[in-house]
Amino acid sequence: MKNKVFPHPFIANSTITDWKSMLRELRIKSVQDLYSDVPTKFLLKSKLNLAGSLSEFEAFEHISRILSRNRSCRDMSVFVGAGTWLHYIPAAVSEIVSRSEFLTSYTQYQPEASQGMLMALFEYQSLIAELLKMDVVNASMYDWATALGEAGRMSGRLTGRSEVVIPRFASPDRRATLQTYISPIGMKTVEVAQSRGDGQIVLENLKEKVSSDTAAVYIENPSYLGFLETEVTAVAEISHDAGAVFIVGVDPTSLGIIRPPGDYGADIVIGEGQPFGNPVNFGGPLLGILACKSNLKMIRAMPGRIIGMTTTVDEMQRAFVMSLQTREQHIRRREATSNICTNNALCALASAVCLSLLGKSGIRELSEHILAKTKYAIKKFSSIDGVDVPLSKAPHFKEFMIRFKRRQADDVLRELLEHKICGGKSLVPEFPELGESVLVCVTELHSKKQIDDYVETLDQLLR
Amino acid sequence: MYIQSRWNEPLIFEISREGAIGHVLPALEKEVFSELEEALNEIPKEMRRKELNLPEVSELEVIRHFTRLSQINYGISLGTYPLGSCTMKYNPVINEKLASLESVQNVHPLQDQRTTQGSLELLYKLEKALCEITGMRKFSFIPAAGAHGEFLGCLMMKAYHKEHGEERTKVIVPDSAHGTNPASAEMAGLEVNVVKSDETGCVDIKELEKIATEETAGVMLTNPNTLGIFERNIEEIVHTIHDVGGLSYYDGANLNAIMGKVRPGDMGFDIVHLNVHKTFSTPHGGGGPGAGPVGVKRELQEFLPAPTVEYDSATNSHYLDYDRPKAIGKTKMFYGNFSVYVKTYAYILMMGAEGLRLAAEASVLGSNYLLSKLRDLKGVGVPFDSGKPRKHEFVLSLSKLAKDTGVRASDAAKRFLDYGVHAPITYFPLIIDEAFMVEPTESETRRELDNFAKIMSEIIDEAYNEPMKVLGAPYNTSVGRINEVKASHPKTLCLSWRMRKRGSPSA
Repeated sequence: MKNKVFPHPFIANSTITDWKSMLRELRIKSVQDLYSDVPTKFLLKSKLNLAGSLSEFEAFEHISRILSRNRSCRDMSVFVGAGTWLHYIPAAVSEIVSRSEFLTSYTQYQPEASQGMLMALFEYQSLIAELLKMDVVNASMYDWATALGEAGRMSGRLTGRSEVVIPRFASPDRRATLQTYISPIGMKTVEVAQSRGDGQIVLENLKEKVSSDTAAVYIENPSYLGFLETEVTAVAEISHDAGAVFIVGVDPTSLGIIRPPGDYGADIVIGEGQPFGNPVNFGGPLLGILACKSNLKMIRAMPGRIIGMTTTVDEMQRAFVMSLQTREQHIRRREATSNICTNNALCALASAVCLSLLGKSGIRELSEHILAKTKYAIKKFSSIDGVDVPLSKAPHFKEFMIRFKRRQADDVLRELLEHKICGGKSLVPEFPELGESVLVCVTELHSKKQIDDYVETLDQLLR
Repeated sequence: MYIQSRWNEPLIFEISREGAIGHVLPALEKEVFSELEEALNEIPKEMRRKELNLPEVSELEVIRHFTRLSQINYGISLGTYPLGSCTMKYNPVINEKLASLESVQNVHPLQDQRTTQGSLELLYKLEKALCEITGMRKFSFIPAAGAHGEFLGCLMMKAYHKEHGEERTKVIVPDSAHGTNPASAEMAGLEVNVVKSDETGCVDIKELEKIATEETAGVMLTNPNTLGIFERNIEEIVHTIHDVGGLSYYDGANLNAIMGKVRPGDMGFDIVHLNVHKTFSTPHGGGGPGAGPVGVKRELQEFLPAPTVEYDSATNSHYLDYDRPKAIGKTKMFYGNFSVYVKTYAYILMMGAEGLRLAAEASVLGSNYLLSKLRDLKGVGVPFDSGKPRKHEFVLSLSKLAKDTGVRASDAAKRFLDYGVHAPITYFPLIIDEAFMVEPTESETRRELDNFAKIMSEIIDEAYNEPMKVLGAPYNTSVGRINEVKASHPKTLCLSWRMRKRGSPSA
């Protein structure tokens, strides 16, 4: 047993010879002497009660056995989205992000030795910038929800005001995260109504809700429930007339066909970048997008790392570095724009590779495929007796709601699972006013057959 | 002689060729395709995208481009990466294999929990292991990084005091603390009181006693601290805070030095965050994703955010518990960076109790050994209690070197890169002039440590004899010394390709 742990394959500095020689040079008898300043009462008297140590083979067997109790989207049809979505990940993406030069590097404190990651992150920023039509994108946040939280705080810094207006049908999880982020600094959310017919923001209501206290107006487009917000220019105008910052949240896979927020007056754009090259991973890591207009005041109020392009001192070579670090915690400490440092850089790299592969035509194609599948699915579900598709007057992308007229959503979802269909996310706890509803998601991965099977099974169940 | 690759690689936008494609989607089925036109027409014309300036490149060009970029990026698998307080240890390869399993990657967080029992069981078991390692009662996996964990921790401090009918507004942070501590406290709406370090580099107890009042929500502490020194008065510190009704928060950035030796919980800490991308070997990925799970003592567990992972013995199944009325609010989507936790769990299993303790000891031994090789070099100082053992890291001051030669810590750091070794952290902690903060970790052998010492000695010789050489470094990296001022100047600021084309930002 003793030999198994000492030396240990992961601890290069653990051969007896090395230890002996180092102890000799330090003129100490045992490594315990180096802990002589630790109060004796706190030193553990016995070893920790942990399983192991296992060999690599044993650990692999053990963990893969535990995980085999999961059912993945290969074992059944999964129609859930609501914040993270199943998309195809091209093999080239996995190949690049698993390269250990990227994987085992740290934040680029020595840019001259870390140009690869810096340039890739600059490219991530640039690719997202084109997609959103915004000039400035940071190097990543944790996810869409925390990006919203940070955007809310940013709007407070910019305006000195205290309210963020948020639509009724925005993602409740994102709204809750926003509240957690802004309430400690005395800010709060204000709800604006959305039409029960087509989901659109009620402009008259928005005009009533904005005031000289409004720091920001936030919309999601496509919305959490999948419908498209179409009167965006009017929303932007109302926001700006009130002196508020206009924040738009996006699923960027829609932007191959949908007008980008930079085109309709968004000051800050946030979103979820996971769909480009990152697996759902049981919910994390995700990839928070945060972008703003090319305005110095806004840029300086931004949270997170931003990579900038510059040159070498001799101006002979192009080079990349972390820019505007004086906003950040390691320099500004308590006056920093955020505490974020470690973000989701490797996920941003995955997105950069994925976006590069998809390119101009691939993104459009991806958006079109999802749009067509959504339309196809909505039509199919609408034809089931006992089901209606609320808000279907508005165009939908990727997600849509189905409502059961005579059955409870939870019961139906449970029965569907017996047919190896994970039918969506019940909306009953979040939006009781919408009835027994389920949020269904289709992406380019869902085949016509899978959709047809779902519809047929549901039809049978509801008979 | 080390020479990093040089590619002069253009940006992906600059290698775009009209009509090139890098990926093909499966064809839409006929019946689905026929919906496309109608679906497109439903979108009002003004809501349609008109142009899209993304690059057009083939798959091979993408692979070459990013493979070349990887070759101009330094990582642990290439050599020593001794960033202080970053614990850049070896990242076991098997962890990546596990994290890429179908049963990790392709499980959706909102699937019925009966289909995610494997993920929940793994988290549950990991929670038990983390509790054992830290001496805490219960963990939340939600925080995405250490700083995120600090934010949650501060919110929990507030929630705890509120529950006890108090509005406490101040958090005490040492002057040697990581910048995230004051930034996180501020984010949570708490005011920061800085406590000075004494002449031994530890928290000045006298001053702490003066600052700690009934307004104190808590103290945030790293132990060993950022100087690599164990806060020997930890018991008094925690007592002082507890006596005024405050809580003690343990910043786990430096846990690597004491794993299996001392537990934050036993030292009296009430809240702990861990940086699993430091202590538990998950790769840092060039800036994340990491994970910053937060653990608490019994009296704080009701404030942990929902959901927590629980086990029901009646049904022998695991579940997510959302019924937590006193929990702090939501701080992130879903349940945390799951794939990172798969690696964390694998590491702990493969290390076991003895392996974790051995890692701590090997890191401390290596660090003290390296310090002994450096402390007598010309121009080098070891501020604060220079005779005392350090833990996993130590901080030198190069202020004498700078005064003597004009070569500053940042210059010495650049010269390190020329030897194929990453530089330590410079200019942190702030209480040391020309700080040079070294954490070799247990992953560096005596040979590597000797090599580091030799490089340092050569750089110092060079500084005294040929300072211009050091001031012009690095020479062997893919690019020479970078103009960082230009990168942040409003006139030359360029944060995207789009910005480059459109010019400087508006004022």
